[in-house]
Amino acid sequence: MAAPVLRWGCPGTRWVLAWVGGGYRRGASIGSTSNPTREQSAVAQKPLHTAQKPRKGEHKWEAVVGLEIHAQISSNSKLFSGSEVCFSAPPNSLVSFFDASLPGTLPVLNRRCVEAAVMTGLALNCHINKKSLFDRKHYFYADLPAGYQITQQRLPIAVNGSLVYSVWGGKKPSQMVSRTVRIKQIQLEQDSGKSLHDDLRAQTLIDLNRAEGQLRVDANVSVHHPGEPLGIRTEVKNLNSIRFLAKAIDFEIQRQINELETGGEILNETRSFDCQLGCTVPMRDKEGKQDYRFMPEPNLPPLVLYDTTSLPAGADSQQVINIDQIRDTLPELPSVTRERLVQQYGLLPEHSFTLLNEVGLLEFFQNVIKETRAEPKKVANWVLNTFLGYLKQQNLAVSESPVSPSALAELLNLLDSKAISSSAAKQVFQELWRAEGKTAAQVVSEQKLELMQDLEALDQLCLSTMEGHPQVVMDVKKGNSRAINKLIGLVRKATLSRADPALIKDILEKRLQS
Amino acid sequence: MLGRTLREVSAALKQGQITPTELCRKCLSLIQKTKFLNAYITVSEEVALKQAEESEKRYKKGQSLGDLDGIPIAVKDNFSTSGIETTCASNMLKGYVPPYNATVVQKLLDQGALLMGKTNLDEFAMGSGSTDGVFGPVKNPWSYSKQYREKKQQNPRGESEDSNWLITGGSSGGSAAAVSTFTCFAALGSDTGGSTRNPAAHCGLVGFKPSYGLVSRHGLIPLVNSMDVPGILTRYVDDTAIVLDILAGHDPKDSTTVQEPVKSFILPTLTDVSKLCIGIPKEYLVPELSSEVRSLWSKAADLFESEGAKVIEVSLPHTCYSIICYHVLCTSEVASNMARFDGLEYGHRCDINVSTEAMYAATRREGFNDVVRGRILSGNFFLLKENYENYFIKAQKVRRLIANDFVNVFNSGVDVLLTPTTLCEAVPYLEFIKEDNRTRSAQDDIFTQAVNMAGLPAVSIPVSLSSKGLPVGLQFIGRAFCDQQLLTVAKWFEKQVQFPVIQLPQLLDDCSLSLENEKLASVSLKQ
Repeated sequence: MAAPVLRWGCPGTRWVLAWVGGGYRRGASIGSTSNPTREQSAVAQKPLHTAQKPRKGEHKWEAVVGLEIHAQISSNSKLFSGSEVCFSAPPNSLVSFFDASLPGTLPVLNRRCVEAAVMTGLALNCHINKKSLFDRKHYFYADLPAGYQITQQRLPIAVNGSLVYSVWGGKKPSQMVSRTVRIKQIQLEQDSGKSLHDDLRAQTLIDLNRAEGQLRVDANVSVHHPGEPLGIRTEVKNLNSIRFLAKAIDFEIQRQINELETGGEILNETRSFDCQLGCTVPMRDKEGKQDYRFMPEPNLPPLVLYDTTSLPAGADSQQVINIDQIRDTLPELPSVTRERLVQQYGLLPEHSFTLLNEVGLLEFFQNVIKETRAEPKKVANWVLNTFLGYLKQQNLAVSESPVSPSALAELLNLLDSKAISSSAAKQVFQELWRAEGKTAAQVVSEQKLELMQDLEALDQLCLSTMEGHPQVVMDVKKGNSRAINKLIGLVRKATLSRADPALIKDILEKRLQS
Repeated sequence: MLGRTLREVSAALKQGQITPTELCRKCLSLIQKTKFLNAYITVSEEVALKQAEESEKRYKKGQSLGDLDGIPIAVKDNFSTSGIETTCASNMLKGYVPPYNATVVQKLLDQGALLMGKTNLDEFAMGSGSTDGVFGPVKNPWSYSKQYREKKQQNPRGESEDSNWLITGGSSGGSAAAVSTFTCFAALGSDTGGSTRNPAAHCGLVGFKPSYGLVSRHGLIPLVNSMDVPGILTRYVDDTAIVLDILAGHDPKDSTTVQEPVKSFILPTLTDVSKLCIGIPKEYLVPELSSEVRSLWSKAADLFESEGAKVIEVSLPHTCYSIICYHVLCTSEVASNMARFDGLEYGHRCDINVSTEAMYAATRREGFNDVVRGRILSGNFFLLKENYENYFIKAQKVRRLIANDFVNVFNSGVDVLLTPTTLCEAVPYLEFIKEDNRTRSAQDDIFTQAVNMAGLPAVSIPVSLSSKGLPVGLQFIGRAFCDQQLLTVAKWFEKQVQFPVIQLPQLLDDCSLSLENEKLASVSLKQ
């Protein structure tokens, strides 16, 4: 038959964050949160002014973008079954009887997933519904073994939120401006399985593990003239990276504008993004157009949440979920952290973004700060330029770095006490990166990188250099101000770069005046 | 021995008057003798004998697990049984062997019960006759009873005996026939609109539908999730209470079961009914009700009254909308629940492989009978976006009104409602199939399905034999989660009416079974 079923990937627990509203600008990076649950979240809808300047007599176009974001919850078991969630487990190895939709099995809601949903709702300034409902969404597909998906269509767990984020590009390109996206709803939704089509053998293989740890976004896009009704929208489905999402939206906006400006019309259709060609194409299947025949899920009672005032007396804390309690466990939210970094350490706003966008980088930075006397700004420069540069070059995560925060702190202390020059510090860092386990002091002493502290010896070197290059000395005396730099360079060379150039300059100037 | 109550036979096992294996073999031999009734789809002989052996070891050590240890039971073939084929009497699930036990099955096995087999039903429990399963119809044991045969000879109509057997009612007809012929002491049925109570009434048994949420549905292959409950069929009310006591309670695998711990369901013996208030819903007096059933209903009410109970007429004003509302909700959930049978993961799969869609279509065409396909079609119609408000939402509202009718009546001080279970006694198969499944279900569920929509407990109790010598049952309906009170009243009533034991002399030569406890004179309600 058409579907001896291939099975790979992982299942489970998914959400949909559908955010509508806010300002999305072409080319802007889309806000992604990196909180402990690893949901990726994004985006938005709002008028967008295209980069093109309107020619005289022409209307401007505005684009409206709404995103439906599917992000997996970081949990140990699936949304409605006890089977595990594990990235890259062998196909169909984590499938409970419920996951395989064996007749007679019933969904049991995973507490952890509800807590994660509430936490996300709170972090995104949503209204948390104290009562939410589950629905069945029906369609036939080989990777949907029950013939329906359990979701929250009518009354989702959280609604009406917002997220403020910043993008580059105010009046000056280096400026950051803040935007707000409105979030329509957050809903808990069971993941479907995964289909793998083998065209050669005309087979479809299904993996019911589900849950690939991925982000999947469907973007709804329309364009219209400001002040006029919204245009007809298209839906670009299954975008799985932020970069492709941005590209697909950009393409789709431009395509719609071109279409309309050449007298064409936009069809209400689903499209897919061809990442090779960088364009969107209509989807052939009827998936977007079918009637899902929603109905209430009869096997799950309404999901009731409490807060401290509504909590029934004597309630078993294992049986109830208290919104206030979850609020108390919320970590510092990224916007607060960024603000704190700017206030506390005097960092630039864009630096605060970079520190938070890389997993573990903020913690690394703070650990260095704890152990060093160096200025926070200086630490930030080292962490964001040198350290992050090395990581990126080798495609490593912060946690995989061969240089520990203590090692970098020690290096910065040496620099701060002027024990080494900043160029020597770069050299030491390179060595620390290469030879894991060494301390900065060890490297400095092994490679004799410490600055010359012996002023008399330095004075002698300056003197002998001047004697060895009388022509350059003459030039300086004639008033060629650049000639002194040559002398400084020669002295530094003679010290094997171990002397502070400013100090050399001082000595040379004294000698030349005498 | 086989005709005794569960507690009596349990005592006999404890005292060593009979061993579990002997009991098991007697039942297996009866299953063989009654094979033509088509009560069982699968006889799990090996499993039962193995379980009997284990039970026997426990009894020898004096470590019996309780009243159900060594007691033969049967399970309707829509409950998942680990390692034993579970078909729902459908081509779709022929050959499907579940890897797990339904919670109710597991609970019975944990108590040492012996699983004799899986009983016949209408396909996916959709029907009221046990006539529409892929394994053929179930024959009512009363067709072959001395009581029925004698009456028939008095009024010969020249029908050929073989073709004139009666239906059991349904959809749990196999379970009813199994208990009624003494092949087991209790059987699990399922009850969505009356599927346990209806065959109980036609086969002269106690048929109990617990409150929704009292007993786990995990492993019961669903018909209508919001109305399904596992049902219990026994010969005596006390036996039902013993089984319920084991089955009731929260199941972490079924989120719709009660969280609170449940109390024991063992029944006290009621001696005084003077504090009881019995409600007689006037809307249940329908023109289609046979005069005989009507008269027995009225006599039962008189019986309560004469014993000092308060008997009042009550109104459930939305009753007349109930069956159509049930139809909309039932088919909608059926359409949804049946969606998983696509031939991919388990069950029947057709040979067509031109496309996945073509495979689905052919698999489902071949796998489901007309009744199931018809309900899927109507259900999907009701769930379409353009129809949802007009059908599904409206039906849900009506359902609430119907449930509120009951709430209002019980709030007015009524303890238990007394109604007929069925319009008349069991009819011959040839008569029954003159109407289609839908018409029959609408007629036969008339007194029973409203209870499912309201989630209330209800029990059908055999009252008396009709003039044709066939059992008639009456239904008691209780307050939600007052299952024990309901069964206590039913037990009192059972004692008063002394319903006669079925006599199957040609089938069952075991005198110890059919003659002991025999009380032909049904005291107060005899016609």
